[in-house]
Amino acid sequence: MAGTITTNPMLPQPYLVRDVAKETPDTFSLRLEPEAGANGRSFQPGQFSMLWVFGIGELPISISGDPALHDRLVYTVRSVGQATHSLVNQRVGDSVGVRGPFGASWPTEAARGRDVIVVAGGIGLAPLRPVIYHVLQNRKDYGRLVILYGGRSPRDLLYRKELATWARNRENQVLVTVDYGGLSWRGHVGVVTTLFKYARLEPARSVAMVCGPEIMMRFVMRELITQGLSRDDIYLSMERNMKCAVGFCGHCQYGPYFICKDGPIFRYEQMRPLLEKYEL
Amino acid sequence: METLEGIIAEHHFFAGLESYYTSLLTGCAANVRFAPGTYIFKEGEEANEFYLIRSGKVALEIFAPHRNPIVVETLGAGDILGWSWLLPPYIWKFHAHAVQDTRAIALDGKCLRTKCEENHDLGYEVLKRFAQIMEQRLEATRLQLLDVYAAR
Repeated sequence: MAGTITTNPMLPQPYLVRDVAKETPDTFSLRLEPEAGANGRSFQPGQFSMLWVFGIGELPISISGDPALHDRLVYTVRSVGQATHSLVNQRVGDSVGVRGPFGASWPTEAARGRDVIVVAGGIGLAPLRPVIYHVLQNRKDYGRLVILYGGRSPRDLLYRKELATWARNRENQVLVTVDYGGLSWRGHVGVVTTLFKYARLEPARSVAMVCGPEIMMRFVMRELITQGLSRDDIYLSMERNMKCAVGFCGHCQYGPYFICKDGPIFRYEQMRPLLEKYEL
Repeated sequence: METLEGIIAEHHFFAGLESYYTSLLTGCAANVRFAPGTYIFKEGEEANEFYLIRSGKVALEIFAPHRNPIVVETLGAGDILGWSWLLPPYIWKFHAHAVQDTRAIALDGKCLRTKCEENHDLGYEVLKRFAQIMEQRLEATRLQLLDVYAAR
């Protein structure tokens, strides 16, 4: 599942910022394109890049764009610290260094012919969006697409227009909930696990892909197992402090795995013993 | 045409309940419908029923001074609404607000409490089912309180 890098993986390639779109009050999507004359890079859904903000530092960011578009890379970034703040404040025409793509991808092959259940929490929808694009573009290769998405509040929800578009397709079921609803919100209020009772699932023929805060994912895993999914059919995206992105530095070691190289996408069965351990 | 007893018997909340008990429950049940905007019950009122929601959406709300109502949870088709009828002092703790056209089966809590007191086997079956709902809601509330999507 891992992508192939033909250049020196430690060497950032210059990309130009072509667009910065505000998704929520603190989250932005950046569209980057290779500098003139340079080739674009393909990626697999679920992979990430290391983004250099020159003079500030380097960040691991999941690719949130369409894997079929090879001329651009899109990243959805939440501004929570100095480096992410600098990244989302880049202007059109600014240069950003890109290493990667790195890591394992969502199991698009293993999911072929089956229903795909996408469960996302908060900004966790960003690493899942490429696999949603992939399923929608290869509709005949997959069964139903069920998207369960939980956010903090309506204003924190990502890609609201796209969610509405995806929901209009009869082969999809899109359910969205928020922890805190405002007066104008007419949707569900409650945590993402409460959506399962409204989802039309066929567990025996489904593959689940989950991304969100780790606590949320632990609750979701339990719910998926309760629903009847096999542990081998559940995949999740893990996050740790990634530095080199190629398994040299050990910063992101998690038990026997390097999140950057062996992950960030893992089978639940691989992660289960580790998720339940304190201080890992 | 679906009978009330048939609907109750097929509801997942009453799965596995003996038909004798289903008949007893049906004696306390009625079909109800709430237009959007209707309050099904309000905080502080006597809690004398619970509902099996068949369709629509209900928001559980709480009021705070100088603020808009806060929605703590929404419930939809297949959900159970209300358990304050089961435990003293039988008072609603939240408002239940139909945000969509909502159809439900209302079960008379007073009637059911009497039947549960007379028949403890039925009482245990009912309590077991409500305990499960309470456990699920408590877990969801704890997860909600963790505010896992907040910036750290």
